[in-house]
Amino acid sequence: MKLDPKIPSGPLAEKWTKHRNDIHLLSPNNKRKHKVIVVGTGLAGASAAASLSELGYSVEVFSILDSPRRAHSIAAQGGINAAKNYQNDGDSVWRLFYDTIKGGDYRSREANVYRLAEVSNYIIDQAVAQGVPFGREYGGLLDNRSFGGAQVSRTFYSRGQTGQQLLLGAYQAMMKEVHSGRVKMYNRHEMLDLVLVDGKARGIITRDLVKGTVHRFEADAVILCTGGYGNVFYLSTNAKNSNATAAWRCHKRGAAFANPCFVQIHPTCIPVSGDYQSKLTLMSESLRNDGRVWVPRNKDEKRHPNDIPEEDRYYYLEEKYPSFGNLVPRDVASRSAKMVCDEGLGVGDTGLAVYLDFRDAIKRDSKEVIEAKYGNLFDMYQNITDDNPYEMPMRIFPAVHYTMGGLWVDYNLMSNIPGLFVAGEANFSDHGANRLGASALMQGLSDGYFIVPYTVGNYIADVDLPKVSTEHEAFAEAEDSSKKIMDKLLAVKGNKTVIEFHRELGKIMWDKVGISRSKEGLESAIKEIRALRDEFWENVNVPGDANYYNKYLEFAYRVADYFELAELMAIDALDRGESCGCHLRDEYQTEEGEALRNDKEYAFVSAYEFLGVNGKLETKLHKEQLEFEFVELKQRSYK
Amino acid sequence: MSLMTINLKVWRQKNAETPGKFEDYKLDGVSEHMSFLEMLDVLNENLIKEGKDPVEFDYDCREGICGSCNMVINGRAHGPKHKTAACQLHMRTYNDGDTIVIEPPRAAAFPIIKDLVVDRSAFDRIIEAGGYISVKTGAAPEANLIPVPQDTSNEAFDYATCIGCGGCVAACPNSSAALFTGAKIAHLNSLPQGQPERDKRTVAMVDQMAKEGFGDCSNYAECEAVCPVGISISSIAAMRRDYIKAIF
Ligand SMILES: Cc1cc2nc3c(=O)[nH]c(=O)nc-3n(C[C@H](O)[C@H](O)[C@H](O)COP(=O)(O)OP(=O)(O)OC[C@H]3O[C@@H](n4cnc5c(N)ncnc54)[C@H](O)[C@@H]3O)c2cc1C
Ligand code: SF4
Ligand code: FES
Repeated sequence: MKLDPKIPSGPLAEKWTKHRNDIHLLSPNNKRKHKVIVVGTGLAGASAAASLSELGYSVEVFSILDSPRRAHSIAAQGGINAAKNYQNDGDSVWRLFYDTIKGGDYRSREANVYRLAEVSNYIIDQAVAQGVPFGREYGGLLDNRSFGGAQVSRTFYSRGQTGQQLLLGAYQAMMKEVHSGRVKMYNRHEMLDLVLVDGKARGIITRDLVKGTVHRFEADAVILCTGGYGNVFYLSTNAKNSNATAAWRCHKRGAAFANPCFVQIHPTCIPVSGDYQSKLTLMSESLRNDGRVWVPRNKDEKRHPNDIPEEDRYYYLEEKYPSFGNLVPRDVASRSAKMVCDEGLGVGDTGLAVYLDFRDAIKRDSKEVIEAKYGNLFDMYQNITDDNPYEMPMRIFPAVHYTMGGLWVDYNLMSNIPGLFVAGEANFSDHGANRLGASALMQGLSDGYFIVPYTVGNYIADVDLPKVSTEHEAFAEAEDSSKKIMDKLLAVKGNKTVIEFHRELGKIMWDKVGISRSKEGLESAIKEIRALRDEFWENVNVPGDANYYNKYLEFAYRVADYFELAELMAIDALDRGESCGCHLRDEYQTEEGEALRNDKEYAFVSAYEFLGVNGKLETKLHKEQLEFEFVELKQRSYK
Repeated sequence: MSLMTINLKVWRQKNAETPGKFEDYKLDGVSEHMSFLEMLDVLNENLIKEGKDPVEFDYDCREGICGSCNMVINGRAHGPKHKTAACQLHMRTYNDGDTIVIEPPRAAAFPIIKDLVVDRSAFDRIIEAGGYISVKTGAAPEANLIPVPQDTSNEAFDYATCIGCGGCVAACPNSSAALFTGAKIAHLNSLPQGQPERDKRTVAMVDQMAKEGFGDCSNYAECEAVCPVGISISSIAAMRRDYIKAIF
């Protein structure tokens, strides 16, 4: 396996411009003859589909949901970053680049991250022109808010529904192209496999989720925009249908999987309430702008939080990190919450929660001001917990939120399989070992609107792509193998449900491959995952049949894939003998409990090649060394 | 924490061609902290263990934003709580021994796929007809060149928060999609960016709505009452006004 990142030469700020100038173009007449498949209609997929269609390609788009508008991106709350410097607080492309690469703890490529910062401003322009109603100031110009990990205000927002508004903008742009006839949308169609002909990605196998039928689609290029794999953990903030199947099956066809162990645990979520819990709800990080995080100083504190006086409150973020305080990056905030709970200071019935308190903000700014900023989030909290956050502090706890790892891609966002591009959360590209708030929306849209449309065109112009027919044996083989997986699952007829297995897998992952990891923990996790996977294939109970709408069958094959991916995540976490960003190894910490990075040995992207699953996952590690020409690697400090 | 027993009457239908009927289920051990959909998950786990077909229902985000869920609960789209999607409803709303009737949203334009799952692609076709501002990627002017008064922007935002669930259609005695369509028209038509295509958009979307087999709006306002995000029927008035302006 050869992993060439294909980073253009030249000064950082000129790489993308130069690359675009060098890109080969296709004439408009020619574009029409080329078909591109886009899988997924989140921010990355919808924006890519719309833009490619505007350029003239024929585009076929697939989503597992009943409408492209419902992709998981819809749930993003807080906002999207851009380097507009509208606040005149010293922001710039360089600063956004620097914060992002530093926030990612120097485990991403300089060139990719710089380009992300560079195109961020165009995203805002595009969205505003589409009618996305961002928050505005009295004068009618755009407003900004602050987010963790930055000292400037560069986050654009639509109240607490920024993802919804940006996704609807991209969705509408795509529906405009459906109207033009160049985009064909396939709803409730799940990609089950990638089809390779002569070593190139030339199509996909899908399942019509309504009829249960399996179908073949050919194309000149396939763009995977299928989101992240946080649901490996069972409980996460991801939408229930978010899954890793498309990415994992591409991996099994030869696409390298990069940095699988980099998982972001978001510090401000509503704590678990019981076994029946099906997902976790995020409280936007923007709340940390005004809320103060604390726990009682005394372990056996029994008083109501409002009755606990100042001297008995431990504002641990403010004390430990005076310059960033409650706005430290997510990994630092999550880890600190776990540490205080491990010390026995946690609150609530389970002891697995900390307070996020708005008392002082309300006193300072008035209830009305806080309500105007966070009203919908407060309502959401109250609806779920039955507690009133205007009157008593919220209880929050970290939850799995985002996966920085994903399929390996080069500067063109192409995987090591020619013709397979990967955009949005599904790739590993820009966030290193930790993603800063408000930068996933930026990355998804930057990939989809402004990068992939160019680079896919370049690929198609450059490469010889003889017509393929879906009658080709590669299609037949892939179809057959997808069907076999379903038949095998349905034939087990065991005693445990898919959800029971998934929940157990999630618990192993959360306990041992979660906020902090240790050699022993990871080794035992690998054993436990293997044993549970074997049991799954002997004892899972999948109801019904494959030839009609059957959600539990969908879950079953997604969970089957999680069982393999989970092992890879643990293997990667074990291999990475350092702490960086969200990856905290107990063995590698400073005396103060801060992550101890090891740039000498681990400044690389781990990229795994799939070799097989035979009781255990057979995999081969390849390393893409990260070169830092423009920034100096520093120990992050938010003190 | 007390656990409840809930009696369920759930609409079961194999597919669009096969007639459906209500089935009764008794569910023990329901916690007040469970969400309504988690309660259905538990029902399904029981059904699977008994070798029966689980109840199919749509959901994704489970936090009231994606618009996937839209079941009709005791005769009301999304259930009894004001401005609350079915997935945000919690079992603390109910009492031990209650009977809950659950059925799909019923409308000619939303054919049933299975049990509580319906086909709402008519909504996508209404958007496709004109629910956008035609601006190509890369062609947008600098964002602050288009100032929008804060009030206008807030108003547009309120309309733009429609989650496309179809609760309004289920609630309307005429199965009208006026609230959904009006919300998108009012969002885009209220903004300066939306002006050039204002007439064309309004006519195309309203015509498509009729083509899809949704009924007319007779001002019952049932839609506004069930809408989980509180879309105001003022959007329907705006749509009518703009439609009349556009065709004369
Ligand atoms: C609660 C929450 C709040 C967030 N808030 C923010 C925020 O404020 N700012 C920020 O920057 N980021 C935020 N994020 C992160 C951000 O929302 C996501 O990372 C981003 O939206 C991912 O977009 P995407 O296009 O890559 O994938 P997704 O939106 O996950 O879309 C995936 C698409 O792929 C489809 N799909 C998946 N598998 C298949 C398959 N096998 N076949 C066919 N289709 C398939 C799905 O149907 C869907 O259309 C938040 C995330 C969560 C969970
Ligand atoms: S108007 Fe309200 S009820 Fe109708 S689709 Fe939109 S959100 Fe749902
Ligand atoms: S499941 Fe998303 S709105 Fe209910």
